[in-house]
Order: sequence, then C-alpha cells, then structure tokens
Amino acid sequence: MNSKLLIAVVAAVLVALPFLGLDSYPLHLVIVILIWSFAYTGWSIMGRFGLVSLGHGAFMAVGGYVTALLWNELGLTPWIGIPIAMLCAGGLAVLIGYPCFKFRIVGHYFALVTLALSEVVRQIIIATRDTTGGSLGYTPERHGDGWSVIALQSDDRMVFYFVALAVWMAGIVIWRLVDRSMARYALEAISEDEDASAAVGVRVTREKLKVTVLSAVMTAFAGAMYCQYQMFISPDTIGGVGISLQIVFAVVVGGIYNSLGPTIGAVITLLLAEVLRIWIGTEAYCLTEKICLNVAGVPLLVYGIMLILFIIFLPKGIVGAVADRWQARNNGSVPAK
Amino acid sequence: MFAEFTEALFSIFFIETLINGLLLGGVLALLSLGLNLIFGVIDVVWICYAEIIMLGMYTIYFLHVDGGMPLILAAACGVGVTALLGWLTHRLVIGYLLQAAPINQLLATGGLLFFFQGAAMVAFGIEFRNLGVSLGSLALSEDIYLSWTRLLSFAIAAGVVVVLYQFLSRSYLGAAIRAISQDREIMILMGVNTKKLYLLTSAIGGGLAGLAAALLALQYDVHPFIGLSFGPITFMVCVMGGLGNMVGGFLAAFVFSELITIGGYFAELEWGYVLAFAFFIFAMFIRPEGLFARKS
Repeated sequence: MNSKLLIAVVAAVLVALPFLGLDSYPLHLVIVILIWSFAYTGWSIMGRFGLVSLGHGAFMAVGGYVTALLWNELGLTPWIGIPIAMLCAGGLAVLIGYPCFKFRIVGHYFALVTLALSEVVRQIIIATRDTTGGSLGYTPERHGDGWSVIALQSDDRMVFYFVALAVWMAGIVIWRLVDRSMARYALEAISEDEDASAAVGVRVTREKLKVTVLSAVMTAFAGAMYCQYQMFISPDTIGGVGISLQIVFAVVVGGIYNSLGPTIGAVITLLLAEVLRIWIGTEAYCLTEKICLNVAGVPLLVYGIMLILFIIFLPKGIVGAVADRWQARNNGSVPAK
Repeated sequence: MFAEFTEALFSIFFIETLINGLLLGGVLALLSLGLNLIFGVIDVVWICYAEIIMLGMYTIYFLHVDGGMPLILAAACGVGVTALLGWLTHRLVIGYLLQAAPINQLLATGGLLFFFQGAAMVAFGIEFRNLGVSLGSLALSEDIYLSWTRLLSFAIAAGVVVVLYQFLSRSYLGAAIRAISQDREIMILMGVNTKKLYLLTSAIGGGLAGLAAALLALQYDVHPFIGLSFGPITFMVCVMGGLGNMVGGFLAAFVFSELITIGGYFAELEWGYVLAFAFFIFAMFIRPEGLFARKS
C-alpha cells in the first residue's frame, strides 16, 4: 500500500475516533496513551543516540509541578506557566548535560548521573511538602465549572482528546525533523566514536546538548499536559526513578529507531497494564485459608518478564523487528544486525 | 543566625548525629559490597540488587515469625536464598546478554526489578511486616544512644570487607576473579572457565545481599517496594567508590551517610538525601572514575 494513503487513513481514523461512540473510559485510555507517547517520543529523540537518560522523570515532574505551582500560588495561567516550566526543564538539562558532555560522562555513568537527578527532584518535592503536598500529591485548583480556556482545564474529554492528538502528532513531526537533520548524522557519528567525530569537525558537546535540551523540554511539556488532564500529580506518578524506568522500557519495547516505536511501546505497555488489571481484578485469590495471593501485583510481574524477554530476543523493539522483516522480504536478504 | 548555627554545630546532639552517620555508613557499605563485587567482575549494573535484598528480608521474616526458626538460622537461610537468586539472575538473564550493549544489560536487570516487586506483591501482599525483634541500644552517656543493630552492621560490614579482601588477594579463586576483571578475553585463552567464575561471583554477590537483608530486617519494616528507598543510594555508593573497588566503596559509604545525616540534622531528612545525590552528581563531574580510584 502507498504509505501516504496509509498515513491519511490512520489520520482520518484518529480524528473520527471520538465520534464513533467511544465510551468515556476507552477515550480516557486513548488520551493517556497519547500524552505518554509524546513523553516517550521525547525521550527516544536522545535515547536513540546512545544517550540513555534515567532522569526524564525529573523533567516530567518539573513540567507538571512548575505549571501547577504557578497556577495555584501566583494565579499565573498555564498559557504562561507551561512555557516557564519548559524553560526550567531546559535549564536543568543544560545544568546536568553540559558538565556531563564536557567531562565525557557516557554509557551507564551517564545513566547513573541522570538517575541521581531523578532522585534529587523527587526528594526536593517531598522535602517541600508544605507547599507541594509531598508524596501525597498536588492538585491544580479548579477554575469555574467545566471548560476554562484561561486555566487550560476541561471536563470534556473530547476537547482533551483533540489537544492530546495534536500534541502527539507534533511529537512525531519533531522526531522526523531531527531524523532528517544534519544533527542526526553528527549524533550518530558521536555515538559511534566521539574522538573520531570531533576530529572531523563535529562539535560534540554542543550537538549532544541541543538534543538533550529538546528532549527535556518535550518531556516537561508532557508532564504539564498530564497535570492539566489528570488534575493530580504526585512524585511517584510523574517523577522519580519509577517513571524514568517506565519511559525507557516503553521505548525499548516499541522500538527506539523508528518514529512510531515509542507510541507502539506506549500502547502495548499501558494497555497491557489496564487489560491485566481488569481481567485479573484486584481481589485476593486464596489457594488455602492461609495462603492468599494478591493478584494486584500480576501486571508488574508480567511487565517485568516481558521486558527481559524483549531485551534478550527483540532488542530493536517490535517496530524495529517488523521493519527488519519487511526490508528482508523486499530485498530478499537478511538484514545486517 | 550564625550563632545558632555554631551552637548547633557544637551541641551534643550533633556529635550523636556524626556517630549515627558513621553507623549508617556501615549499613550502606554492607548494602553495596555485593553489588560492587558483581560490578567489578562481570561489569554489569544490577539495578535489581535492592530487590534481591528485599526478597532476602521476606525469607528471614517468614522463617522467623511464621516458621519459628531462630533468627541466626533464618538469616543463614536468607543468605542461601539470595545467593541462589544471584546465581539465577546470571544464569537466566545476564548470561544471555554478556555480548549486548551495557545499557541493555542494565535494562534487563530493570525488568527483573519489576518482576521481583510484582512477585513479592503477589505472594506476600503490600502490608508492612516487622520482624518484631529489637536489639536495643547502647547508652554512651545520658544523651547519646547508639543502636546495637547499627553497631552490628558496622562490625559485619568491616569484617566482610576484610574477609572479601583476603579471599580476593590470597585464594586461587580470588586471583582468578581479579584476573578476569582485568582482562576478559585473555582469561578464556588461558583456559579459565569464565562462565563458572561469573556464576560464582553472582552467587557470592547475592549471598552478600542476604547478609545485608538480615541487618536491614532488624531495623526496617519489609514491603515489596522497600528496594526503591535504598536502591539508588546503593548504586551511587558503588560508583563513587570506583566500580569494583571494595575499599573505595567502603569509604564512599561513609561520605554518603555523613552527608545524609548531617543534612537531616540541619533540615529534614529529605534534604540530606538531596545533598548526598547532588554531591554524587558533582563528584562524578570531577572524578568520574570514582572518588577513591587509584590513579592509573
């Protein structure tokens, strides 16, 4: 099939989706998946070049908390609050990224430094619990009933669906723009060999920093969106090591080298969790009178096994594996690993 | 303001804080020992290490509280279970990823982290469980009390470092382990069975997790997510000590614990952690090879 036609069909289906008589709950799921997909896409923009950050929970938390705090404490509309939050996240990315790249901190050292960043932001949120509510979470104040343009709030899921859809599409477009830019070649060269690429004139620190800031800003925007939609944030739902790992894993499952990989990863991991939760339920399941199983842990358990299997058998993710097959069939040859 | 600060600095409670920090350092050192060994020998970051400790704590809890086993015996069984878990981690997961990118190895153990948490939640529920054993505390003076558990952790951590050091430097197996961490390829040509050595290291590392579990179970309630509260700090200790450097890791544990307790003394405990993590990030910029790494 023609790929342009395919894109048109998918776009039409996505636009028509809320008019197909979807219930409120599935629509909610779709919105959540779109918002997370945007965050995952943001992560993969740098992750695909070997810059594995475990600190994106920090950027997401900054996005959500700065926006909500400005609104509640200063009455500053999210229209201004979100850009400020994105600026903060960008600043934080420079603060961490610049020395990291300058001092050549790469590989799992980079992962561990950014992991520490997630923890720093999470602990600060908990420590300032008088303002931020600590681990109990934080809720932006409602502005009037229903729809409020100034507060960017709405209880109409339909409105949010289209906002989330537009944001998600923008994410895919940004991914593709980076993919087609000169920066991509520079970053690929850097991920292969920093010294060699510096020798041929690639400005290593600057290129890495640019992509890191872009990725952090996108993730912060996703955090703000999540906050505006759910009207509740807590250090564990949008920040900390748990969320940072969740971001990385979803992208690994979907596929890191393809623009739709992170989205597919979001669909699979989030749907899997929901389906398992509904299917298995949360009631305790007792084998005998004394031994009861708490099945609420099953999604986590399955998720863990799935990740291990993916990393061992499909390191390029689902989209990557499918793309390889597709290419092999078209060329009649086996793709090089 | 300044007068207050100096007064706080010289108060008896500050001295107590410093000593408690020292003892917390013993706990941290013990936590990071096994991870450090695995790091140094296999060159893999086990993100799930704290979860293995969590499962060790559960083993001890159930054997002691439900099974009525004496605490020492239960702790020994805990060490056995975690050693087996360490062995299995290498046998079933890491063994297949030795040639993969380091980051994939790290992520696979992240999958194990979720698996262990999920399994613990399914099997044991989410209640907090307390061993109900307290060793009490030692009164140094009217105002200063030191917890026996922490003193014990400190002593055991110091003891294990010495034993491990002797094992690595004196025994034949230890020499093989040290050699393999220096050059992986050559060792195979020398006719050494690297697979066996890796499995042995993983089992020893796992067993050390069980030892840490026994001492943690005396101080904290166990629940499926307890690993998240001390997992990150454990990696930081290992990295800051210089990966695979036992003595460095031991010293780094004390730097961290003092930062945490001093931060917690002047403000809330969370600020202590913020201080420690921020220090870690900063230290990585200046000395990425670890604070106590030997100059090569």
